[in-house]
Parts: sequence; C-alpha cells; structure tokens
Amino acid sequence: MFSKWFNGLERTRKQTFGRISSLLGTSEITNDTWDDLEAALIQADMGLETTQSVIESLKATVDKEGLTHAPELQEKLREELINRLDPAPESLIPADRPAVILLVGVNGSGKTTTAAKLGKRYSNEGLKVLLAAADTYRAAAVDQLQVWADRLNIPIISGQTGGDPGAVAFDAVEAAKARGTDLLLIDTAGRLHTRFNLMEELKKVHRVVGKALTGAPHGVWLVLDATTGQNALQQARSFNQTTRVTGVILTKLDSSARGGMAFAIQRELHVPILFAGLGEKPEDLQPFDRNEFVNGILAEH
Amino acid sequence: MFESLTDRLNQVFTQLRRRGKLSEADVDAALREVRLALLDADVHYSVVKKFTAGVRERAVGAEVSRALNPAQQVIKIVHEELISTLGEPERLNLTGEKPRVIMLVGLQGSGKTTAAAKLARLLRSQGERVLLAAADPYRPAAVQQLVTLGGTVGVEVFTDSRLNPPELVQKAYEQGIKGGYSILIADTAGRSQMDDTLMDELKAITRKVKPADILLVVDSMVGQEALHIAEGFRDTVTLTGLILTKMDGDARGGAAISIRSVTGVPIKFLGVGEGIDALEVYDPRRLASRILGMGDVIGLIEKA
Ligand SMILES: Nc1nc2c(ncn2[C@@H]2O[C@H](COP(=O)(O)OP(=O)(O)OP(=O)(O)O)[C@@H](O)[C@H]2O)c(=O)[nH]1
Ligand SMILES: Nc1nc2c(ncn2[C@@H]2O[C@H](COP(=O)(O)OP(=O)(O)OP(=O)(O)O)[C@@H](O)[C@H]2O)c(=O)[nH]1
Ligand SMILES: [Mg+2]
Ligand SMILES: [Mg+2]
Repeated sequence: MFSKWFNGLERTRKQTFGRISSLLGTSEITNDTWDDLEAALIQADMGLETTQSVIESLKATVDKEGLTHAPELQEKLREELINRLDPAPESLIPADRPAVILLVGVNGSGKTTTAAKLGKRYSNEGLKVLLAAADTYRAAAVDQLQVWADRLNIPIISGQTGGDPGAVAFDAVEAAKARGTDLLLIDTAGRLHTRFNLMEELKKVHRVVGKALTGAPHGVWLVLDATTGQNALQQARSFNQTTRVTGVILTKLDSSARGGMAFAIQRELHVPILFAGLGEKPEDLQPFDRNEFVNGILAEH
Repeated sequence: MFESLTDRLNQVFTQLRRRGKLSEADVDAALREVRLALLDADVHYSVVKKFTAGVRERAVGAEVSRALNPAQQVIKIVHEELISTLGEPERLNLTGEKPRVIMLVGLQGSGKTTAAAKLARLLRSQGERVLLAAADPYRPAAVQQLVTLGGTVGVEVFTDSRLNPPELVQKAYEQGIKGGYSILIADTAGRSQMDDTLMDELKAITRKVKPADILLVVDSMVGQEALHIAEGFRDTVTLTGLILTKMDGDARGGAAISIRSVTGVPIKFLGVGEGIDALEVYDPRRLASRILGMGDVIGLIEKA
C-alpha cells in the first residue's frame, strides 16, 4: 500500500516545470546538465547556496568516479540530498512524563492544526494527551483548538482571548502534572520572527513552563510551512535564538511546493525534522521520511 | 550576514573606470549579483532569467551618468525595470450593480480572513455599507474568526452552517440587496490550486454572484511556487488583483514580481500586520527596493 505521504506528493508530479528526472534520463553529462540541475533545485526552494554546494559536490563525485552519463548522476544526487538530512529519531517525543511540547512558528504556518494532529496520533497510541490553547491573541484561535479537542475527544486547557498566554501555559503544566498526563501540547500564537515584543512574550511563555516543571518544555517544535522560500532560514534562526528549537515540523507538503529550504535549516540548526504535514485532516501527519522527501524533490514536476 | 547588493556591486566595479559606457563585461558582472539578489528574494527562476536578459539589453552601452558609478548605474536600470514590471498600484473595481462582490481566494493560512476584515474596515470608513460572507465551512472556527473580526470592525457577517459555499454566498448576496448593502466581501476557505474539487467550488461561487473583484491573497514569505499557485488560481477564476500579506516581516516579497510579470494580475494591497488596520496601498518603488534588498540606497540613486 502506498503511504499517505506518497499520495500527497503524487499530486505535485502533475506540475509542469523542472526536469530533474527527464534531464537525467538519457544523455551525456554536459554543462547544460548542470545548468538544468541548478534550475530544478532552485525551483524546489533549495536556495542558491545549497544548490551550488550540492552541484559542487556532485561534480567532484563525477570527476572522481569518471562518470559520463547523466542517468548515473541521478543516484548520486539522491544520495547527496538524503545525506544532507538527519533521519527522524526513533523516538519522536521525549521520554519525560509529562512531556511538554511547545509549538512555535510564524503566522498561519499550521501550529494549531499540527497540535490537533499530534494529539490524535499520540492518543491513538494510548498516551494521555492534553492540549493547551495558549494563542490568546488571534480571533477565534482558542475556538479553533477547542473544536479539534471536541472532535478528537482530547482534554484541553484554554485561555481567554486577550489573556496572558504564560498563565495558560502554566495552568496547563499544572493540570498535566495533577492528571498524570503523558503528553502536553502547547499551541502558541503565530508571530513573525521580526516582532521583538512578540518574541519576548514567547520567551516568557517558555520560562513560565520551566518554572511550573523543571526541565520543561522538553521539546520546542518549529512549525514551518513548506511553501516558504528563502525567509524560512531567518525564521528558523530567530525562533532558535528565542526558544532553543529542538525539532522542525514541515507542513503543507501536500501542496505543490517541495520544501527545499529544509536543507539549509537542517544544516544551520542541526535539529531533526520530525514530522511532515500532508493535509488538513487530523490523520494527515507522518513522521518525517527523508527518502520520501527527497523523492518529492526529484520527482518529475 | 549578507552584504547588500550595493556593496557587492561596488566590489564588482572597483577595478572599472568610473565614466563612459557600460561594457558587456561590466554588465554581466553586475547581473550575476542582481541574479543572486533576485533569487534570494524568491523571484521565480524563469522570471529572473527573462528579467536579467531584459536588463542586459538595456544596460550594455548605456552612458554612465556623471553622478553615478557603474554599479549604481546598473542598479538604477534594474530598479526602473522592476518598478515597471510591478506596475502602478490599482484600486478595487468599485463599479457595477450593488452590492459589488469582492471575493478573497488563496492557499491555506495566507491571510484571507484577516484581509477580509481589513478591507471591510477600509471600505466602511470610505462610506460603503459592507457585508461579510463567511464561506469557509471547513476549517475549524473559521466562521467564528470572521464573526469576531466583523464585530471588531463593526461590520455584519452573514453565516449559515447549513449552506455550502456557493449557496451561502448567493444567500448573502440576496441579503445584501435586501439590506441595501453596497459591498459584499466573501471570505473563502484556503485551498491548493491543485485541488480540483475546491477549485470547482470557487468557480461555482463566481457563477452565482459575478464578483467585481477576485483577489488572490499571497503570503509574502512564499517561495518559488508562488508563480504556479497564481497561475492555478488565474486559470480557474478571473483574478483582478493581488494582496501580499505579512509584509511586516523581513521576507523580500519576490513573489510579487513573479506573479505580476507572468499573470499580469495587478498588486492592490499589502498586509502589514495582524491588526485590522494593517492594510497598505502598495508603492512599486518601495517594493522594488525591498525585493533588491537595498532599502534607502535607491532613494539616493533615483535623485541622481
Ligand atoms: N494543505 C495543508 N494545509 C494545512 C496543513 N497544516 C495546516 N494547514 C492549513 O493551514 C491553515 C493554517 O493552519 P493553522 O493550524 O491555523 O495555522 P497556525 O500556525 O495555527 O496559524 P496562526 O495561529 O494563525 O498563526 C489552515 O487552513 C489549516 O487547515 C497541511 O499540512 N497541509
Ligand atoms: N504579521 C502578519 N500576520 C498576518 C497578516 N495577515 C494575516 N496574518 C496572520 O496570519 C495568520 C493566518 O491569517 P488568516 O487570515 O487566518 O489566513 P487565512 O488565509 O484566512 O487562513 P485559512 O482560512 O486557514 O486558509 C493569522 O495568524 C493572521 O493573524 C499580516 O499582514 N501580517
Ligand atoms: Mg494557531
Ligand atoms: Mg480563513
């Protein structure tokens, strides 16, 4: 059976740009091969720097191994890309109980939906999950998570719109301790990484969680929209500076975008990509699979 | 961190003489830097290629003005070309029978619902009688989000959980006529341009109410896919404008160039914050400078 991941990416193959497979299909390796490869990688949002570094490294391999045919490049390219990504760790959630996870990211990246998806995944696995709606800022953000909690039958601690997100997070950790929760997922408000005050507020939420439970949060997961271009790296840097990021979740990989910025982020942050978001439904979340991800980058566009 | 394009270009030109005509070698050296800047700004690969070819044609042999060095001269040409590609800001099409329908479309999380409230506020302040239609029955609490925002801006929101989006917009339109509203703004659910079912739904809405404006709402942080996203929506409905959101961040917004140059859809507004007043009319000069990553330098060069 094909995975959901495959179905999500399958649709991206209908797109009519880029030529990685076909360009590596037949001919000799020429300058055009490299130009076409560059074009294709850039169009996957890999960025010029990563693209050039991939191409340099492939050129070196071609020289060393005396390759002349383009099809031989295809496997080398796949290996090169896969090796640039850490495999997702065996155990995706920390061993601490309760394990407290903070979901952070820019506006609209998919935090709230991902909180619901994670909640479903781990309650299905038999963990006692608690959700915390700590986005007290955006209109109906609390209602949004509440609807998911009701649908999935997962308990939730909610703030009041306009309330203090730190207080919600604190209450949620206290509740998690008292109730014997295994996994507490704290949804935070979207914020652009350039907004100083909002980033300070996030720092405060992080601190408050640590006060309520030593060692918490055990994970800070950056939720990143795969359609994002070069700005993704700035986002990753800033959130990492504010609240040390321990994992990345790439959402909307079911879109036509390839998510090539993941390479630069992996290289800079050295944290694993944990999950891939592949749709809007609660089951549309899969552990990150670097092979599938690279297949998506290389697929006939 | 990156050097600015100006610094890099100045380095390119340090060995060159200050006056005279720009040679092919001068221009090619400079255009390599420009290409890098545009790709960093997420302008689509193919658009960058066409654009730099156009600039090359104009720049080779161009006289270097007395007040500028060659690097600045190339930037000036690039900047002018970017501005003309971006085009002048365009207004909403506020003509035709009332209520005039404005429909917002775009990917998930791009900022449609927020933009709907911002437009409602703006138009209300211009004396229009505005009604909002909550046509996103899918995303949890999407309707509640619009109702809350409508309350904040003092605009009524039409909702009906029993209706599908085309029916709902139709009903809202009838309500608009009855209630003497001059504008109906329809917020739609986020969707991928590849989702045939949801794209057909958009078409169905436009068959019911014939919008005066269909605005594509695009996140300014979007990467190379911006072009295909815009083409997908354009092939489904008649886009009349673009709203580029989250411009209060530090994304350069190169999507604007890709979309504008390939689809011709004009840019109408910029979203510059989460607040309901954070909507700006866009200025092609400022956006061009931002895409190049050059800020204030441009002002100086323009005056030269
Ligand atoms: N196609 C697709 N859509 C997604 C995915 N994840 C989230 N979305 C959609 O993206 C939109 C934004 O998702 P949210 O979960 O509200 O994002 P958020 O980060 O919580 O947004 P803010 O709280 O406003 O910053 C919604 O329409 C979601 O349904 C995904 O993996 N694929
Ligand atoms: N900083 C900033 N945030 C914005 C801007 N426009 C929208 N947002 C935020 O982006 C997130 C998504 O905005 P929405 O209006 O819910 O987006 P949407 O397109 O309606 O999302 P879906 O209905 O889920 O597809 C929210 O957190 C908004 O507050 C903007 O111009 N600047
Ligand atoms: Mg949210
Ligand atoms: Mg919406």
